[in-house]
Amino acid sequence: MLRVLLISLSVVAIARAELCKPDAQNAFKVRLSIKTALGDNAYAWDANEEYLFKAMVAFSMRRYSSKRTTQISNVLLCNVTGRVSFWFVVTDSSKNVTTVPGSEIEAAIRMNRNRINSAFLLSDKTLQFLKITSTLSPPVEPSTPAWLIVFGVVLCLIVAGIIFLVVGGIRQHKKKNKESAERESLEEKDEVTVTAENGIACESLDLKAGHINGVFAADDERFTSL
Amino acid sequence: LSVPPEIPKEDVRPQWDNKFQYILSCIGFAVGLGNVWRFPYLCQIHGGGAFLIPYLIALIFEGIPLLHLELALGQCLRKGSIGAWSTISPYLGGVGVGTWMVSVLVSLYYNTVLTWVMWYLLNSFQEPLPWSVCPLNENRTGLNEECSKSTSVNYFWYRKTLNITPDITESGTLQWWLVLCLAACWVIIYLCIIRGIETTGKAIYVTALFPYLVLTIFLIHGLTLPGATDGLAYLFTPNLNTLKNPRVWLDAATQIFFSLSLAFGGLIALASYNPPKNDCEKDAVTVALVNSMTSLYASIPVFSVLGFKATTGYWDCLDRNIISIINEFDLPEESIMRQNYTLWIDFLNSSYPEKIAGLKLKSCDLQEFLDQSVSGTGLAFIIFTQAITLMPGSQAWAILFFIMLFCLGLSSMFGNIEGVFTPLIELRIISKSMPKELLSGIICLICFFIALCFTLNSGSYWIDIFDSYATSFPLLFIAFFEVVGVVYVYKIKRFSKDVEWMTGRKLNLYWQITWRFVSPLLLLVVFTAFVALQIQKPTTYAAWDPKYEGFPMKEEKAYPPWVLAICVLLAVLPSVFIPLVALFHLIKGMCRSKDPSFASPEVFLCQGDNS
Repeated sequence: MLRVLLISLSVVAIARAELCKPDAQNAFKVRLSIKTALGDNAYAWDANEEYLFKAMVAFSMRRYSSKRTTQISNVLLCNVTGRVSFWFVVTDSSKNVTTVPGSEIEAAIRMNRNRINSAFLLSDKTLQFLKITSTLSPPVEPSTPAWLIVFGVVLCLIVAGIIFLVVGGIRQHKKKNKESAERESLEEKDEVTVTAENGIACESLDLKAGHINGVFAADDERFTSL
Repeated sequence: LSVPPEIPKEDVRPQWDNKFQYILSCIGFAVGLGNVWRFPYLCQIHGGGAFLIPYLIALIFEGIPLLHLELALGQCLRKGSIGAWSTISPYLGGVGVGTWMVSVLVSLYYNTVLTWVMWYLLNSFQEPLPWSVCPLNENRTGLNEECSKSTSVNYFWYRKTLNITPDITESGTLQWWLVLCLAACWVIIYLCIIRGIETTGKAIYVTALFPYLVLTIFLIHGLTLPGATDGLAYLFTPNLNTLKNPRVWLDAATQIFFSLSLAFGGLIALASYNPPKNDCEKDAVTVALVNSMTSLYASIPVFSVLGFKATTGYWDCLDRNIISIINEFDLPEESIMRQNYTLWIDFLNSSYPEKIAGLKLKSCDLQEFLDQSVSGTGLAFIIFTQAITLMPGSQAWAILFFIMLFCLGLSSMFGNIEGVFTPLIELRIISKSMPKELLSGIICLICFFIALCFTLNSGSYWIDIFDSYATSFPLLFIAFFEVVGVVYVYKIKRFSKDVEWMTGRKLNLYWQITWRFVSPLLLLVVFTAFVALQIQKPTTYAAWDPKYEGFPMKEEKAYPPWVLAICVLLAVLPSVFIPLVALFHLIKGMCRSKDPSFASPEVFLCQGDNS
C-alpha cells in the first residue's frame, strides 16, 4: 500500500516537473526587479514570497472564471534564479496532469494585474510577465487645456494695461488741448511766452538729464571779487 | 535777452528718464536670444576657449568702433536712421532706408520666435510637462508612432507646436494656437511701445534685468547637477588648432556683428533720444563689454545643463545595456553597476561571446553624447527642454527658462520696433497730429497680419530663410557703407569734432585708426568671405518628414526656384536702396545746377540748431 502511494506520488511529481519547465507549453516567465523598485526597503525573495505569488495567481484564476477552483497547489513554480525570475504553470484541478491554456492565464492575470502588483509593492515595469503586455492607461485630459487658461489670464491683464494707457493718453491729450487753448487766449493778450532754450523747452531741461558744462561752472572764479 | 520763438510742446523730442534707462535699452537690444543659443554653440564647435581669441579681436577692431559710430551718429543728429543718413548726405539716404527695411523684416519674423517661446511658456504650467511623455496612438495599444521613433521633445516641437509639413511648398493652414500666441505677443509689444520710449523705458527695467537673475539661478543650479563639469570642460578646453581654419575667424566676426545688433538702425534711434552732450564713447564701450560678458556668462549654465544631459544620456545607455545583460544571464540585480560595467563586459565577452553579440548592445560613449551640439531653436526647444524634464521640479525650471527667453527677445524687439517707429514719425508723410498710440497700434497690427504667414505649417522653414538671408548679407553691406559714408563722405575730421563736442574730450588714436582703416577693411573682407562661402553652400534645407526612410534624421531637400528667388529678393531688397537713392539724387543734382540740400562742409551738424 505504502509502496503504491510512493510510486504514484513520484509519478505525479515527475509529471508535474515536466509540466513546469522553461518554454513549456502554457508556461510564463516572470521577472521581478525588487531592488530597482524599492531600493533600501527591498525584501528578499524567499519561499514565503513564492507562496504569496502562487496565492495571487490562484486568486486571479478564481476571480476570472467562477467555474475554476484553482488551488494554491495547482500553481507550479520552477527555475527560480537570483535575478529574481522564474517560470510558472497552472495545472488543471479537474483534469489530471494538464495545464490551463495560456490564453486563460493571460486574461486572468491581465484582469487582476493591479492587485498582483500591489501585493508585491511593485509596478508593471518591475513585475514583468513576459509575453503578457500590460494595457496602457488612457491619458488624463482636462476639459480645457491648461495653457488656454493661463493664456486667457495673461491676455486679460495685458488688454487691461493697454486700455488704461490709451485712456490715460486720451485724457492727457484733452488736457493739453485745453491748456493750449487757454494759453492761446492768454497770448492774444500778449502776457505769457513759453521760454525755450536752443529748441528745448526749459522745463524739460530741469527734469530730464542735463549736463553742467564744466567750463562755465567755474566761471565765477574769473570775475574779480569785489 | 531776446526771447526765442515759442516751441509748441508736441515738437519737443522725448527723452530718456535717466541715463541708466538708455544704457539698459541698448544692452537689452544687443543682448538677445543669440547670446544664449548661438555663442555657446560657436564656442563649442570652434575649439572651446580658443574661440575667444578671434572673438575678442573682432570685438576690439569691429564691434566697438561700429557701435561707437552708430551711437555717436544718433546722438549727434537726434533723428532716426532715415533722417540721420539723409542729413549726413542725401546720397547716403539709401543707407537709412536699407536699415529701416531690415528692421521691418526682422520685426516680422523675430516675434514669431517669441510666439514659440510663449507657447512653450504657457505649456509649462502643466503636470507632467507635455513634451516629456509620448501620447498614445489612436487605438491605445501603444505610443504614437512618430513620437516613439524620434523623441517626445522632438514630437512636441515638430508636431504639436509647428505641425510642420514635409516640404516648404506645402504651406498648409494657419495653426490656431500659434495665431493666438502671435496675437498675444504683438499685444504685449504694443503695450510696451505704446508711447515710444516713454513706455519702453519703464518696461526695459524688467525685460533687461530679469534674464540676468534667471541666468544666475540656472548657473547655481546647473553647477550642482551631475555631469556639469564634463560639459564645462568640453566647452572651454581650448583647441588652438581650430584657429587655422578661416571659417572660425569669419564666424567670430559675424557673431560679434549680429550680436551687437549693428546696422539695424535701432541703435541710432535709441541714441537719438539722448541729450546731445553725453559721453557716447563710454556708452559704446560699456554696451559692447556687457554684451560679450553676458555671452560668456550665459554659456556657463547652458553648458552645465548640456553636460548634465549628456551624462544622463550616457548613464541611461549604460543602464539599458546592464538590464539586457542581467535579464539574459539571470544575474541578481545590482551585480553589474556602471562602475564595473566594462569589467563584466570583458568577462562575459570572453566566456559567452555569442550571447553578448545576440543582445546587440549599443556602445555608450560620453564624448558622443557631448558632441551632439545644436544651436538656435533646436538648443532651446529640443535639447534644453529635454534636459529640464530630467531635473526635479521641472515645471519651475521650464517656466523660468522660457520667461528668460521671452524677456531677452522682447528687449531686442523694442530696439527693432524703435528702429521702425522713429524714422516713420519723422517722415513728413505721417501727420504730426496723429497720436503716437495710434501709429504704434497701426504698425503692430500690420506686422501681425504679415507675420501670420509664419504660423502656417511651413512657417519655420520660412523663418530659417528670413534668418539666413534677410539679416546676414544686407547688414554687412549696409555697415560697410555706414563706416565709409561717415569717414569719407561726411569726413572724419568733422565727425571727430562733433564727437569731441559731445563727449568733451578729443578722439583718441584707437578710434581714428579703426574708423579710418581697420573697420572698413575688416568689413570688406568679412563681407566678401561671407558671400563667397554662402555661394558655395548648397541651397538646401532640412525637412522633417515622418515618411522618410532615414526618419528621425531630417531629409535634405533643395529649395525650389521660386523660393530661391524670394531668398535673393530678401537679401537684395534692403541693400539695393543704397545705390538707388544715390542714383536718384545724382540725377536730381544733374537736372538742377546746384544741389542746395547738401550739407556744406563748414556746418557741424551736431552743434547747429537742431530743430
